[in-house]
Amino acid sequence: MPTPATAATADLAAVAHRIRRRVFDHVMRNGGGYLSQACSSAEIFAALYGRILHLGPSQAPMRPVPFPGAPSAANPDYVSGGAYNGPHAPEYDRFIFSPAHYALVLYTALIEFGRLAEDALEQFNRDGSTVEMIGAEHSPGVETTTGSLAQAISQAGGIALGRRLKGESGRVWVMMSDGEFQEGQVWEAVQALVHYRLDNVAVIADVNGQQCDGAMDDVMSVGSLAAKLQAFGARVVEVDGHDIEALAAPAELAPDGRPLFVLARTDPARGVPLMNERAPNLHYLRFASNEERARYQAAFDAFGGEA
Amino acid sequence: MERVQRPHVENFIRWAADKPKVVVVSADLTNSCEVGKWRDTYPDRFFSLGMAEQNLMGFAAGLAREGFEPFVHTFAVFIYRRPYDQLAMSIAYPNLPVRLMAFLPGITTPGGVTHQAIEDVAIMRATPNMTVLETGDATEVESVLDVAHRVDGPVYVRFLRGVVPRLFPQSEPMALGRARVLHEGDDVVVLTAGITTEEAMRAVPALADAGVHATHLHVSTHKPFDDPTVLAALRRARHGVVTLENHTIVGGLGSAVAEVMAENAIGKPLLRLGLRDTYAHGASQAYLMRAYGLDALALVRGVEQLIGRSTGLTEDDLAQVRIESVHSLAKAEAL
Repeated sequence: MPTPATAATADLAAVAHRIRRRVFDHVMRNGGGYLSQACSSAEIFAALYGRILHLGPSQAPMRPVPFPGAPSAANPDYVSGGAYNGPHAPEYDRFIFSPAHYALVLYTALIEFGRLAEDALEQFNRDGSTVEMIGAEHSPGVETTTGSLAQAISQAGGIALGRRLKGESGRVWVMMSDGEFQEGQVWEAVQALVHYRLDNVAVIADVNGQQCDGAMDDVMSVGSLAAKLQAFGARVVEVDGHDIEALAAPAELAPDGRPLFVLARTDPARGVPLMNERAPNLHYLRFASNEERARYQAAFDAFGGEA
Repeated sequence: MERVQRPHVENFIRWAADKPKVVVVSADLTNSCEVGKWRDTYPDRFFSLGMAEQNLMGFAAGLAREGFEPFVHTFAVFIYRRPYDQLAMSIAYPNLPVRLMAFLPGITTPGGVTHQAIEDVAIMRATPNMTVLETGDATEVESVLDVAHRVDGPVYVRFLRGVVPRLFPQSEPMALGRARVLHEGDDVVVLTAGITTEEAMRAVPALADAGVHATHLHVSTHKPFDDPTVLAALRRARHGVVTLENHTIVGGLGSAVAEVMAENAIGKPLLRLGLRDTYAHGASQAYLMRAYGLDALALVRGVEQLIGRSTGLTEDDLAQVRIESVHSLAKAEAL
């Protein structure tokens, strides 16, 4: 098992492979699901938990508790899924997970890094479970409620501002998807991060060019994210999103007053080229026929790695 | 009756002096929300987020998560309309202690439909975890800070600015979930909140002089709405109940009273006065209160409808009523 923040590149490439395999396995056993998100972001999650994030040990049970009711003043039993990312302490980073539809990938990454029991996936999307399909802040690894997309970056900005006021050294890392940049709120947030020089915020975005309705360039093109972010005054690094070393490198840059955006260019069919046949409809894999299902099963059987 | 010039300005500065976790989050309406001097007094605790309310809600949420107590200051419409999803998901769902100081409630502004918060109580009441308060005078503008500060969760406050009447003595601060009993009588019950209370304080004594005796309750907590004083008064009303609110009659004070009456099988007529499922437009407060039936005369006519006869009261009779600040008549055990 890789040790967070020090894992070797080869180990993390293997972790990414296993993240894809676990998600693929889950999707096959459940007759569909969010597979392309794992294909595009497996290395991002491997790099985050294995190299980038400075986190303490999980504070949550390996087997997630059942849903304890929504947060309220009358509910002292509510638990934070953020506890899977370790304790809040001045020197530790925070991980804010934005595209909640990637929940299955996040859960799988937590399993790979020993923060969640393997059989927790059996609770995925089961009634009464916290291991929800899209999830909220009781779901493992989820610190803020972000299923309504683009809200995480603003919350991360407030957390980063609060941490700076308290003199804390830890950073606030936000994992986003490129589709979220269609929301106006993201740009409101970027201008505020730049205005307040919140260089303790770092965003890593899965730039896979996909969204629910299909290819972003067909649904609503966002143009050059790098150019737009730079025009706002942010610090931008574009990397190959399947290259662990490249993904991890920007985290080593000395803060310079600008919020950091790592744009990770990814392939939404990475590892499962069969999915290219259904492009651009990659958001959620549903089998149109038994024949299609059989072809995916064959692809999974040939996928490699331990069972 | 005393009228106080901008009571929030100095009071909020004094109040925050020994509360270092209190921060202000503003949206380009800083002086309009009477926190310009606060910003100059505590520059390290003041954060301008510009005209970007969706992001503002997230920043406030994040600050609250880090142990700060953000007081958002902007116009009400820019709190509950434009960034509602952010308010609900980033602040209300996690039950974060963000204080939403909502200026220009109802038709208190000539700014017109875009600036008039006429359905905010309905929407905030329907939002889980949200406590909903409304200030009706200078004493409440001053004391609502303590009330909000003690709530474990988000609080929405309909806030008054500028020249504000002092209807209640400073020795009787706002109390969460407790209505003020301003007049007692067995014929009808009148419930008001915010700026409509001063109107009722004109109408109710005139009605008494005309032989119609009302119990008048001033409500400052819209949610939770479980005050035993209200329930007891509703049970006592002989002819029925009238609510007068600076809000649409759908979902606000009148609806809250209807819910209490129905759930407690109080089978009496209820007349809800307020904006009748309509937007207003830009004009003076006095004009709009007359035009949309939110003033003392509208209340008198409503009571007449309820009791089935005319009182003979005219606009001139109401203009002559002299309003003094009143101690709540609620018995100590009820408070």
